[in-house]
Amino acid sequence: MPYIPLTETERGEMLATIGVRNMDELWSRAIGDEPAPALDKLAPGRSEYEVTRYLAGLAKRNATDLVCFVGSGFYDHFIPAAVDEVISRGEFYTSYTPYQPEASQGTLQAIYEYQSAICRLTGMEVANASMYDGGTALFEAMMMATRLTRRRRAVLDSSVSPIYREMIRCYCSNLDVELVVAPQGATRCDHEALAAMLTEDTACVMVQYPNVFGAVEDWQWLTELAASKKIISVCSAYPIALGLLKTPGDLGFDIVTGEGQSMGIPLSFGGPYLGFMATRMKHVRRMPGRICGRTVDTEGKTGFVLTLQTREQHIRREKAMSNICTNEGLCALAALAYMTCVGKGGFAEVAQICAAKATFARQQLLAIEGVEADDVPFFNEFVVRLPVDAAEVVGRMIDRGYAAGFPLGRYYGKLSNCLLVAVTEKRTREEIRGMAVALEAVLGEML
Amino acid sequence: MMKTIFEKGYPGRRGSSLPGFDVPRTDAIPAELKRAESADLPEVSELDAIRHFVGLSRRNVAIDTCFYPLGSCTMKYNPKFHERVARMPGFADLHPLLPQLRRGGALTQGALEVLYETEMFLCELLGYKAFSMQPLAGAHGELTGIMLIAAYHQARDDRRRLMLIPDAAHGTNPATAALGGFDTVTIPTNAEGNVDMDALRRALSPDVAGMMLTCPNTVGLYDRNAREICRLVHEAGGLMYADGANLNAIVGRVRPGDLGFDVMHVNLHKTFSTPHGGGGPGAGPVGVCTKLVPYLPTSRVVKRADGTYALEYHFRDTIGYIAPFYGNFGIILRAYAYMLTLGREGMQRVSEAAVLSANYMLARLRDAYEPAYDRACMHECVLSASKQARQGVHALDIAKALLDRGFHPPTMYFPLIVPEALMIEPTETESKQTLDAFIDVLLELADQVDTDPDAITSAPVTMPVRRLDETLAARHPDLADLGRAGAADDCRASRQ
Repeated sequence: MPYIPLTETERGEMLATIGVRNMDELWSRAIGDEPAPALDKLAPGRSEYEVTRYLAGLAKRNATDLVCFVGSGFYDHFIPAAVDEVISRGEFYTSYTPYQPEASQGTLQAIYEYQSAICRLTGMEVANASMYDGGTALFEAMMMATRLTRRRRAVLDSSVSPIYREMIRCYCSNLDVELVVAPQGATRCDHEALAAMLTEDTACVMVQYPNVFGAVEDWQWLTELAASKKIISVCSAYPIALGLLKTPGDLGFDIVTGEGQSMGIPLSFGGPYLGFMATRMKHVRRMPGRICGRTVDTEGKTGFVLTLQTREQHIRREKAMSNICTNEGLCALAALAYMTCVGKGGFAEVAQICAAKATFARQQLLAIEGVEADDVPFFNEFVVRLPVDAAEVVGRMIDRGYAAGFPLGRYYGKLSNCLLVAVTEKRTREEIRGMAVALEAVLGEML
Repeated sequence: MMKTIFEKGYPGRRGSSLPGFDVPRTDAIPAELKRAESADLPEVSELDAIRHFVGLSRRNVAIDTCFYPLGSCTMKYNPKFHERVARMPGFADLHPLLPQLRRGGALTQGALEVLYETEMFLCELLGYKAFSMQPLAGAHGELTGIMLIAAYHQARDDRRRLMLIPDAAHGTNPATAALGGFDTVTIPTNAEGNVDMDALRRALSPDVAGMMLTCPNTVGLYDRNAREICRLVHEAGGLMYADGANLNAIVGRVRPGDLGFDVMHVNLHKTFSTPHGGGGPGAGPVGVCTKLVPYLPTSRVVKRADGTYALEYHFRDTIGYIAPFYGNFGIILRAYAYMLTLGREGMQRVSEAAVLSANYMLARLRDAYEPAYDRACMHECVLSASKQARQGVHALDIAKALLDRGFHPPTMYFPLIVPEALMIEPTETESKQTLDAFIDVLLELADQVDTDPDAITSAPVTMPVRRLDETLAARHPDLADLGRAGAADDCRASRQ
């Protein structure tokens, strides 16, 4: 049997040492007379070759050559081969959570470096070792704010990803938290409406940067207003954009979270991804998740350990900061390897290329008759209004080999003609022009 | 100590090759919204980056480097071809929003089939009507399961607020129950290591929403009263939650659904051999019996009459969205490859060999280390180093001494109800030679407690560091190297 090395002879010796005649007797000692199930519907095992061939066949039934302009928080960025090489080291990917620090200095130092890199990118002072994804990280930030303020009202801006808004609403269903969603402006935040919601009993206000429509807002007014009422300001940020944009730390946010997928982690049909979280040092003892710290050993040599564990479930049980017991270790390592391989200069350059290609793409699309867009600052994603239903346009574009963007009607009824287009550094000038030509043709068919 | 990556850089040094500009260098961001300086990330060549990370990797022990009998974690072999499959472009590059686009579903049929078929395999293997593949980790699966129980009672307008949890349970259980809005009631463990049935009967009331039970439990023992516990809790109107943390002990041999557990989560990173990754990512699918199906998270994969697969979003009573998409697909895919390779007989052999190996350990070690409960164990055995502790050598010391002898230690000091606990889970993927070598070292250490205890209490000496000062780490937290933005940092010093 693959992966089970015990031979019949060894089994016999082991059973004898235990003092039973056969496996049935051992089972009966261990579990009593519980009958064995038939499991009729399970097929017999197959060889590695057969399974690989079958799965390769399934992989081929998925799209591999669509030109991707879909983003909405999950982006098709380039990943240097070196990143995958790092996370393919068995010493990393087949180890467990670093409970034995002396035997896990590699993982621990990598987490410390990851935390440092996240702080440098976001302009914050302390980061945790990561969470499941951007949505769970935002929810955990909201819970952290309720602990910090001892208030139970949480305000969520409507230009936060609807995917995250749905997740947070789901998680809140059994909690003593009053979740309020700000009314929707156009493709930017309705400042007055949001400001009016920041009542004195509010624990936190959560916004997205850039927002779900790709627009970049200067949130300083919000963080200042929040601070004046002792409300925790939380920002869900797109990390690649932070290569170019003012940091959430500079904007005055108390907590930054986000989806780290764009930093060296493949799209992989929805996961595994990486939630990051960073905050101010004064809040660290209320932050959820694993945290790694630098210390010394008995000989004074520098080393790394998991620390501040009294916040966690294995010690606090029902009073823990969160029920999470691991991080997304290997994804955090991939993000660190990405930030390292791309580096200081490269990270800024990736952001600049994305912004430039998106600007070019927007110009190309606006040159098509009937296509319009608001004039708002954006990073690499923008909304265009089409003269027809965007969902149908996207369907027809798929036939022409383009995933042209995400039609907003699915989440915003009033925006059914709007298409959200994302451009990464992987899209070439030719692909962008090709998409514009195809869109023009599709609009011609439909009008 | 190895320098951090930030200390290895040099200003202006560039790393990997990146796509270039083929459009004008303009953007749509006003200057006042741009960051003043580039993020102070490492400035190293790709070669130096690789050397750094390979260097770090060598400061780890892992399943691929040594025996790793960490109790309750199921550190079994992670087959290598799974990694190749997960990296096939048709899977790795697939955008999760594609099936939500018109005509996009046809371009994701392979991925949807993986999700559907994995669910079907788990249903048959464990005795459930349906699984949600969405939960992103074990604790996330627990949360989903508890939310399903809450939704079930709410739909009946039944305001039950108590969740029963044995004292032996993992800390995640009470933490999860709290997130589900429940108060927890702790049920003691009896002298045989099982649920104290009298205490359970006393705790049952119309206010009990359910009970979370790890099966087998965290002392590595099967509770022969499992069926009776389920019956009693059901009789009181509660639901039974099975924590699948220890599924490797019964997989293919006992179906939790048949015992009466209404809902359970499965750790794909334990029983189904997906890599632990140094602490994630994992995956924690949740299985349910018929009466909980209506509440499952949105979305679900369905198979149509024509054999195609689709995502279904419209379920009136759903608890909603617990994950951004369909679960940790890359992990589910690896687990599916494992299920296909092992098949029915393979899954049965897994629990058989796991239970055999753990009982063999117990049989050979029981004279040297006191068993927590002296009876046949399941996939792990819990020993106590109490005898050794009386001579000044604690479970922690034995763990560190094992590191010097080339083994990862067992889980220590858990479960909390066993003093000086050493929880050993060998798994089914180890040869008898490996088991014997580990046992011999533990026996040798038991002898050394009498002859040279100091050698044990000063271990480890062969690791990259000696024992670390955890108190210093907690009292004076140094949690990030902030570079130029931070105070007194090594980074700046190294650049001068």
